Amino acid sequence: MDIPYVVEEREDTGLINSKLGIWIFLASEVMLFGGLFSAYIFLRMAALPGDFERWASELSVPMATVNTVVLISSSVSMVMAWASLKMKDFSKYKMYLGITIFCSFVFLTIKYFEYSGKFAHDIYPSSNTFMAIYFTLTGLHVLHIIGGVVVMLYFYLPISHKMWDKQPEQFTNRIEVFGLYWHFVDLVWIFLFPVLYLL
Amino acid sequence: MSDNHDTASMQDHIRVYLMVFGALGVLTVVTVLASYLNLSTSEGIFLALIIASVKASLVLGYFMHLITERKMIIWILLMTVFFFFIMIFLPLISNIDHAGDPAQWWKVL
Repeated sequence: MDIPYVVEEREDTGLINSKLGIWIFLASEVMLFGGLFSAYIFLRMAALPGDFERWASELSVPMATVNTVVLISSSVSMVMAWASLKMKDFSKYKMYLGITIFCSFVFLTIKYFEYSGKFAHDIYPSSNTFMAIYFTLTGLHVLHIIGGVVVMLYFYLPISHKMWDKQPEQFTNRIEVFGLYWHFVDLVWIFLFPVLYLL
Repeated sequence: MSDNHDTASMQDHIRVYLMVFGALGVLTVVTVLASYLNLSTSEGIFLALIIASVKASLVLGYFMHLITERKMIIWILLMTVFFFFIMIFLPLISNIDHAGDPAQWWKVL
């Protein structure tokens, strides 16, 4: 049995079900990260003056800046992958999705060096309040990146060609819906970067 | 004919995506440069959040197609924003209650 309303839009919502579903999921994600941002604000208010600034200065701004550019690039390549499918060019889709996967691995590698640099200097989440919220926020974000990479690898496998051949419109919608998730992960980083590294 | 029209329309979209990409790159550099300005903490936070909000609007509007999205999605997001601010401000109000004079409390920032 086919899943209903994954290609044609429902009359009452004017949307395909998968798009409505991902936006509701993203709304819940806003509350998840929002709660942690709220925790950051209150921890910062309660901290000794200058304490957060002092520990934030231990973080590497150049690494985070490169990671910001990498993640923005991955967002662009993701939307280009979707646009390629809209133009019925599967080989370009594979190329752009490959770039997105590559960017996400670059992001994770830089994050690995950032984390290992902290651990080498005996800085852990338990070291102080700033590092606790830093590792919590960035760790949760990294988990989202890893989850995204798993999905992208699935859509990169040869099975994607079969899906495309069988139901091209449904496959295009799947990529659009995943793209929304990926852009959200980029959005979270857009706020994490200044809040944790620059302020 | 329809396929050609779709392709031409997507080419226009792609041009916009690349322009947004450029704008996001420039704004990232501006964010870093702004952190070197001699601003107070509250001014720094305000400026950084303004720039981040502009970047977020670009991603939401163009990459996530919110500017052409159906009303239902917009309503879901407006409700999310509403509850997000409630989530942040409820503890804030409680904190002001406990801290006493709000004028003193703002200085903590």
